[in-house]
Amino acid sequence: MSGVRVAGVGLTHFGSHPERTGRDLFAEAALAAQEDAGVPLDDVEQLNVGNFAGPLSEGQGHLAPLLAEAAGLSCPATRYEEACASAGVAVREGVRTVRSGEADVVLAGGVERMTNRDTPEVTESLAIAADELFEVRAGVTFPAAYALMATAYAEAFDVDEDDLKTDLANIASKNHDNALDNEYAQYQRELSVEEALDAPPVAEPLGLFDCCPITDGASAIFLVSEEYAAANDLDAGVAVVGTGQGSDRMALQDRDHLARTPAADQAAEMAYDDAGIDAADVDVAEVHDCFTIAEVLAIESLGFYDPGEGLGAARRGETRADGDLPINLSGGLKAKGHPVGATGGSQIAEMTRLLRGDHPNSDNVDGAEVGVTHNAGGTVASAVVHVLEVAE
Amino acid sequence: MSDAGFDEWLHAFAAADGYYVECGNGHGHLPPRRVCPDCGSTDFSEESLPESGTVETITTVHVPAPSFQDDAPYDTAVVDFGPARITGVVDADPGSVEIGDEVTADVGASETTGKDVLVVRPV
Repeated sequence: MSGVRVAGVGLTHFGSHPERTGRDLFAEAALAAQEDAGVPLDDVEQLNVGNFAGPLSEGQGHLAPLLAEAAGLSCPATRYEEACASAGVAVREGVRTVRSGEADVVLAGGVERMTNRDTPEVTESLAIAADELFEVRAGVTFPAAYALMATAYAEAFDVDEDDLKTDLANIASKNHDNALDNEYAQYQRELSVEEALDAPPVAEPLGLFDCCPITDGASAIFLVSEEYAAANDLDAGVAVVGTGQGSDRMALQDRDHLARTPAADQAAEMAYDDAGIDAADVDVAEVHDCFTIAEVLAIESLGFYDPGEGLGAARRGETRADGDLPINLSGGLKAKGHPVGATGGSQIAEMTRLLRGDHPNSDNVDGAEVGVTHNAGGTVASAVVHVLEVAE
Repeated sequence: MSDAGFDEWLHAFAAADGYYVECGNGHGHLPPRRVCPDCGSTDFSEESLPESGTVETITTVHVPAPSFQDDAPYDTAVVDFGPARITGVVDADPGSVEIGDEVTADVGASETTGKDVLVVRPV
């Protein structure tokens, strides 16, 4: 089995770029990754690209060959769609392909164009990641689904509603602080706990600042075999040493526990076993905080906190940039932005930069060796976890 | 367009005849089902649901999808009926129903589209 290195990463700015096409966004990220990697485009043997709603937002299906063409590639290309976990799956399948020896160079990533449509339209297209018959037809939007989980969490662990909202506001505030110096982030501005608490409600108990923004953007990662990296004298010091994926019942109503995400538990266990680590070995993590409560569920599923203990982590400072286990130093989906089908690749790009030392927040994790990414689809009916390590 | 299995299930609530499907090993689900996701059984029978269930979690939605634009704000809840849970729009003032409240299920209509919607109503 070949070891897998991240040879280069590329991102577009995450933000509001309504006039830009998906193909243009992805081409920018792919070329940035190529420049970072120093790998010729001719050497790319496979393109794995994540995208969620291209057929709805751009009327464009059959996306992968179009994006390959836009990026100057002529290799086999496949689109992966698992809602917000699309790019995580695209990266995971790229890792597996390189490990198998089938390819030495895979370009993986994702793209999403969202702001060309208005908020109600985007709300409707995001909702297709829930169970159409049993949830969407009962008025469940995505914020509503996570609100149902947040309320169930408070009930399960006996948390007062005001305390719940305050702890969630601390997560939003933390992630905004982390994005301040990230040039790719949608919101490079502070958000106080008070401002978050004063925001209009979206789906109670979640307010506007509990929700990630609507974002355009793309991500691209060059995954190469160790042998290829050595033979071509690449500067590829970060390795993907663990990958895992899990699934769960689609609808919340069909799950044993409404405030837990076992798909992510499974993905984490698989990835940790694969990497030969456990949760205590992790120095830094990028997790899928599409809503503030999602960060809580993520850090519990990743084994950093017992169920019920993760809620107050940001308030207590433990997951802040200067805490013991910084979470979402990129700003997370909350402040960096969430171009749905690109996010899983963006997490790998940000973790690579953090571990290489060229991220604006790398100083907060000086000496870090093990980073974890957690990418979730829907209300975590899909989850993908990766473990990255400093290899040299 | 109809959705066989789902439509019949939904409309049964209008006749106060709500049901779920139970596999040969007693696992309850909502239809249509061919295989039990818990045990793999392919043997299902329709069984009556209890008339009322208990609200397990609930939210007030202020920012709806276009198909519920005129309904907002509205509550939606996950209700435990025992053998199965059901998600429904709450037919009551937003914020007036709480976790633990007893509700019944019925068929109502979206104020936005007029389409049939599963609603739950305080007992």
